[in-house]
Amino acid sequence: MSTNGAGAPLVSVEHLKVYFPIRSGIVLDRHVGDIKAVDNVSFDVYRGETLGLVGESGCGKSTVGRAILRLYDPTEGRIVFDGQDITELKESQMRPLRRRMQMIFQDPFASLNPRHSVGRIIGDPLRAHGLAKRGDLSKRVRELLQVVGLPPDAGSRFPHEFSGGQRQRIGLARSLALNPDFIVADEPVSALDVSIQAQIINLLERLQGEFDLTYLFIAHDLAVVRHISDRIAVMYLGSIVEISPAEELYENPLHPYTIALLSAVPIPDPEVEAKRETILLAGDLPSPANPPHACRFHTRCPYIQPTRCTTEVPALRKLSDGHVVACHWAEEIKAGRLRPKEREAVAEQPLLQPAEEPPPV
Amino acid sequence: MSVLSARDLRVWYGTSRGPVRAVDGISLEINAGETLGLVGESGCGKSTLGRSILGLLPRGAVIDGELLYDGQNLTELSQRDFRRLRGPEIGLIFQEPMTRLNPLMRISDHFKETLEAHESSLTDEEIRRRSLDALGGMGIPPTRFRQYPHEFSGGMRQRIMIALTLVLRPKLLIADEPTTALDVLVEAQILQILGDLKKNADTALLLITHNLGIVAESCERVAVMYAGQIVEEGAARTVFSQPAHPYTSELLRSIISLKTTELHYIPGAPPDLADPPNACRFHPRCPYAMQVCTAKDPIEVRAETGQRVLCWLHGPEEEIPPGGKAPLEREAIAVAEEA
Repeated sequence: MSTNGAGAPLVSVEHLKVYFPIRSGIVLDRHVGDIKAVDNVSFDVYRGETLGLVGESGCGKSTVGRAILRLYDPTEGRIVFDGQDITELKESQMRPLRRRMQMIFQDPFASLNPRHSVGRIIGDPLRAHGLAKRGDLSKRVRELLQVVGLPPDAGSRFPHEFSGGQRQRIGLARSLALNPDFIVADEPVSALDVSIQAQIINLLERLQGEFDLTYLFIAHDLAVVRHISDRIAVMYLGSIVEISPAEELYENPLHPYTIALLSAVPIPDPEVEAKRETILLAGDLPSPANPPHACRFHTRCPYIQPTRCTTEVPALRKLSDGHVVACHWAEEIKAGRLRPKEREAVAEQPLLQPAEEPPPV
Repeated sequence: MSVLSARDLRVWYGTSRGPVRAVDGISLEINAGETLGLVGESGCGKSTLGRSILGLLPRGAVIDGELLYDGQNLTELSQRDFRRLRGPEIGLIFQEPMTRLNPLMRISDHFKETLEAHESSLTDEEIRRRSLDALGGMGIPPTRFRQYPHEFSGGMRQRIMIALTLVLRPKLLIADEPTTALDVLVEAQILQILGDLKKNADTALLLITHNLGIVAESCERVAVMYAGQIVEEGAARTVFSQPAHPYTSELLRSIISLKTTELHYIPGAPPDLADPPNACRFHPRCPYAMQVCTAKDPIEVRAETGQRVLCWLHGPEEEIPPGGKAPLEREAIAVAEEA
């Protein structure tokens, strides 16, 4: 399914910012700063495609997913769903739209109510939206169970009777109940065992074809994302650093962060591992409350240059068809004129005052 | 020279549904200065095995068999004796660095407590020096010695945890999913640290993980666990290039890595250890299952490629009853029974 750039986007995110306030003081409750979880992110998701969103934990990828569903209110920016600006909609106006956008969660053990039968879990969205009466309801639940590959009588059982993979199928049936167009899948396979992850990925792909679904697939695992995505967006510290068609990203990563990330994924083959070179990044992820100025990656970038990196915010630029990168030096890296350097760990800025040389304990 | 050797080790948990055979007859050796990877899916008993070595089994667990460390059988050790062993002899690195440090204690106090508990003769100055050395080895600067755990990131906390384990200079280190809660970039850092450790000190490392990629990266030898048993054990290179047990080869095919071109999975789900399948525990999911696999427990043999393997495909021929090699007739596993 290649819909790169074709047709109108189903979801457009424009200059999205989601800040979480940091408050201090009990009585005064002063606003002392913001966690800039998502800081000026723009991208489109086209109809029928799967956009993968990858990044380390804390980079803001889940926040983006939740903001699109309006589970968080955007601080700034616009979210357009099927041509309609939904950023400012009231909850009552959102309701009919919620039918069309659903979510699949990471933890199949925590996302299903243990006291509700599977039938009730799957039927609840239908009841809430008044879409099915009693008789129809159980018929529809059976249908849905069959669609996700569970026995139709599973409806009368409870979540604890199912394995992790089966529970993830129940979660999927629940999100399909309302016939959505768009599904945000937040790490849907990372809690599953290796031997069954592919089952769920295959199922997601089959359902996409059958029901004309559009996915935003959020994950930290680059290998998993590769197998399901048409295009991939890479996030670092609240911003998107690269968007590219999936294969292109793996063959030709251009942003230094993507390059490092890809080099760090272990490959289950000792022969390959012995030869593989990992680019180790210096230091740790900076705090999103106080991100580095200019290019946010410059504190850890192995390709850092003396000019621009520390003074100018890099914009997302188009390098080839559908491949955009936010790096001043992407052309040089692409041409192989820049090589990664070893870097000493830069002392990261501590949130609090740095302590002096510790006194003897 | 082996640091630790297990012979026919069993750990069962008593539950209302009958015994759960988390570890069921395992034999294993770990040599000085070596990294042994122990891989398996969740619920296969790999963490139970790790905990039994440290005497950290929950109440209700019954341990049997032999677990030799330095001439002592750990299965017979009292909790008091274990306390002397844990730390200076056998160290543990936990899975979740975020929850293992006391949020109310400074990093310096963690070290002080650890060292005072095991080496009471140390002076304050020695404690400080040893702690800073250990932290320095993990790339944590002395300026942060007096800070609290919340001031550090996940990767740094895991490095602090490792320093806290290494400060006692253990001979055997058990790392239970040390990088699972961490991102790939931090994971790479931690694996490099664990690799360096091997080179510098003669510490043996038992690396428990579900991630075969990590094993390929950092282990010389690997043991694959399935449903409480070690189904295959051998040199990592051999196990990865010529897996002998069908579970290993199917698992290797199932991994979604950057090199995979097609998706593959093992039908069904890992078994319930309170009620495991008869005979070979993998036979309901095994593509090569034979009649004998449902009738007789497999016997451990050496595969032609050198690894120990628990599978009838490798014999011994004389134990297989006539007709035992006929393929197992069964209805295809319905999608419904898949995980």
